[in-house]
Amino acid sequence: MNRNLKDKLIEGLTGISVLIIILVILLMLFIIVKGGWSELNWRFISEYPRDGMTKGGIFPAIIGTALMTLIMTMAAVPFGVITAVYLAEYANERSVFARTIRFAVKTLAVVPSIIFGLFGLGFFIGFVGKDMDALFRGGELKWGQPNILWASLTMALLTLPVVIVSVEEAIRTIPREMREASLALGATKWQTILKVVIPGSGTGILTGTILAISRGAGEVAPILFTGAAYYLSHIPHSLSDQFMSLGYHIYIMSTQSANVDETQPIQFATTLVLLILTFSLNAVAVTLRYRIRNKAK
Amino acid sequence: MEGSKVTVKDLSLFYGNNQALKNISMDIPEKRVTAFIGPSGCGKSTFLRTLNRMNDLIDHVRIEGEVLIDGINIYEKNIDVVNLRKNVGMIFQKSNPFAKSVYDNIAFGPRINGIRKKSQLDEIVEYSLKQAAIWDEVKNRLYNSALSLSGGQQQRLCIARTLAVNPEIILMDEPASALDPISTSKIEELIHELKQEYTIIIVTHNMQQAARTSDFTAFFYLGELIEMNTTGIMFSNPARKQTEDYISGRFG
Amino acid sequence: MKEMISAGTGAGSMMGRPASFSRKRFRFSDWFAEKFIKFIAFMSIALVALIFIFVFREASPVFRMDAVKKVVDQSLVPEVYGAVPDQPVAEAPNHQEASAPDPATPGIKPSSTLLSREWMPVSDEPRYGLIPLFLGTLKVTVIALLFAAPVAILAAIYTSMFARPGVREFIKPLVELLAGFPSVVIGFFALMVLASILQNLFGYASRLNAFVGGIAMGLAALPVIYTLTEDALTAVPKTYSEASLGLGASKRQTAFHVVLPAAVPGVFAAVILGLGRIFGETMIALMATGNAALTSLNPFESVRTLSATIGAEMAEVVFGGTHYGVLFLIGSLLFIFTFLLNAVSEFYIKNLVVRKYQSRK
Repeated sequence: MNRNLKDKLIEGLTGISVLIIILVILLMLFIIVKGGWSELNWRFISEYPRDGMTKGGIFPAIIGTALMTLIMTMAAVPFGVITAVYLAEYANERSVFARTIRFAVKTLAVVPSIIFGLFGLGFFIGFVGKDMDALFRGGELKWGQPNILWASLTMALLTLPVVIVSVEEAIRTIPREMREASLALGATKWQTILKVVIPGSGTGILTGTILAISRGAGEVAPILFTGAAYYLSHIPHSLSDQFMSLGYHIYIMSTQSANVDETQPIQFATTLVLLILTFSLNAVAVTLRYRIRNKAK
Repeated sequence: MEGSKVTVKDLSLFYGNNQALKNISMDIPEKRVTAFIGPSGCGKSTFLRTLNRMNDLIDHVRIEGEVLIDGINIYEKNIDVVNLRKNVGMIFQKSNPFAKSVYDNIAFGPRINGIRKKSQLDEIVEYSLKQAAIWDEVKNRLYNSALSLSGGQQQRLCIARTLAVNPEIILMDEPASALDPISTSKIEELIHELKQEYTIIIVTHNMQQAARTSDFTAFFYLGELIEMNTTGIMFSNPARKQTEDYISGRFG
Repeated sequence: MKEMISAGTGAGSMMGRPASFSRKRFRFSDWFAEKFIKFIAFMSIALVALIFIFVFREASPVFRMDAVKKVVDQSLVPEVYGAVPDQPVAEAPNHQEASAPDPATPGIKPSSTLLSREWMPVSDEPRYGLIPLFLGTLKVTVIALLFAAPVAILAAIYTSMFARPGVREFIKPLVELLAGFPSVVIGFFALMVLASILQNLFGYASRLNAFVGGIAMGLAALPVIYTLTEDALTAVPKTYSEASLGLGASKRQTAFHVVLPAAVPGVFAAVILGLGRIFGETMIALMATGNAALTSLNPFESVRTLSATIGAEMAEVVFGGTHYGVLFLIGSLLFIFTFLLNAVSEFYIKNLVVRKYQSRK
């Protein structure tokens, strides 16, 4: 075959691959927006489901998702930031300890989300919760069952690597001159971290937090049996309550409900809400990250 | 030499297996300006950073020999590096103010030393900025970001920041190399003022600057101290051929 | 905090000279901060270990159902079981629950059915055959990888070698957009739309099957493989391609004969991580594969994957029962597998990448 023709063909093939990806993305977006747009209005956002979830809104699922990600953030962000500070500031890259931590973080990032669900069930509910009930409540069941606390903590484990990676990247963009300036003034290492490094990586911490929220809001597998509920007539009042979540709602409505066809508009609209939520969070995070990287240059 | 503040004995520095400083010995007099000159890569900046143990931050660095400040070897095991750096301040080649206000930059040092009282901080900030001859330029924008200042102002701000800690020795690593001539001359005037109170060691690649600002000059070449003497003698009648060649611009 | 020695002049009158450095000072906050930070960082290691321990711990009853029965007979005396010597004693309550509702017929150990070809966990005679689940997972994974890997790698080649910079800046965020789709959304899309499109196109009988699930999971793995491949390709030193182009090779030849071979370990790592993503994917499997545990090689029949089995059944099992244990056993297998994949890509392949560039210096 003519070399020129072969070049064109193969180059075309790679171009087609890109096109496939773009088309699939546009198709997904188009269909979800088209299917959900008509149903999406203020009442859908602000009302409880009605008539066996065939009518009404998704208010408790939105609030449930928000509360879950809020608790998750409170657990994942401090842990993630501190671990990132260790990796960027204290760890000796050649030490076995530091390398093991790095490997552990990578492992957490690739463990399937359903495994976190199992862990949440086995550890938080079956071990911590059951023992708390045995110790403080004479065995009466309160914490030894799925609830928003356990689900949020399970999700926090899943999103921990997201926070660590973002914050470490941000810390590493702080110029060495800033650290030297602080140390040369007689600041200790910890003072330098507290007053120069952490304030300087504020944007990175924010980025990591947003990415974690976006990830946590969309994941379903970890909360399948650690706290998500099919239907609740109220939003969670305490940490030991179950909660509704957008992702779980989509799953339930599209696979388990009696009237899958009848509720299709609700399903699409819920999916659209979840997509809008995760995409807008991602967009903010990408913008912030872009700023950090530019500043580093 | 008159009362020496810093005495270096047989100092060698290695990056891994690579020896960057070779058996350097010298006395640095108190409340005088001592300039280190030499072609780039000769080790003068590296040597400067051994005087407040800034090289500790770099991996694979090994140091042999002694640096005595007021008779105490700063490489001894029991030295408090944090307090050492409070006594031996440093100004860097590239001005490096924190992304904070002018006021917070100056107050950084006093604050980490536990000074919290606003009136006391105000006094130190004003005094340090005056001492660094930048007060008039920034007194109305103390709470603006330090990064909004010009390059020369930023460098004088960094000097003021160091003065606020009240060190005895100030190390300056090519402090004016990134500045325009006017800012440079301001820094040089400042150095002249400061030597009333501080022992100043300045690294420079600019020989006129060394001649203008310093009382003593040391010439480094390939990690070795070739020669050190009063600036007058160094520039008029150096003992070594290499020094003469460098000063007369024949290499470097 | 500081000795206030007046130095007479200068800031000294306000500040005092700094404290002497001749003796090391102990600074509690620094000491504590370092210890605390190190401890928190260590928690990530502990976490991985805990996940190991707790997922395995819940799985272990499967292999000692007989022993559990004996314990019940002996009125719950905690004892050390041979297979798992360092069990915390605290789990005694589980045994009570475990034994009582366990419907296993006497004589058949539930664990002995693990290698059978039937997955019937809730029948009168429960069968926990993992073979159909393995087969289902394998089918879906192969289909997903066959779809995602070529598309992602070719697209990455296009982006890093052929695309104009403007186009590149457009493609990369778009693919990142795909990475932002929650898997439940991809699953929903596959269930509602993709399944119908593909059924109309290929005309097979069961609407939800391995093929639909595989394509959908491929969509989830695409951005993973794409991004890492793109990184690997960009990491190949520019001198390689410049040399090749300078010798008169075409862009295509340079891409496929010079740059791609140099990036092979990185691309391999990308595919492996994509594989891990597919293998453990739960929501898409639950929603798009039909969830029938069939033992068949036909890609157009329904399948039930390992992770989907956990997701679908865990909510309904008896806490601590055999079925519960088997689901955790499946989890353990998934965990070990992804752990190994990660270890391979971390250690083996990374070393290959490093060696490759070093040896050619």
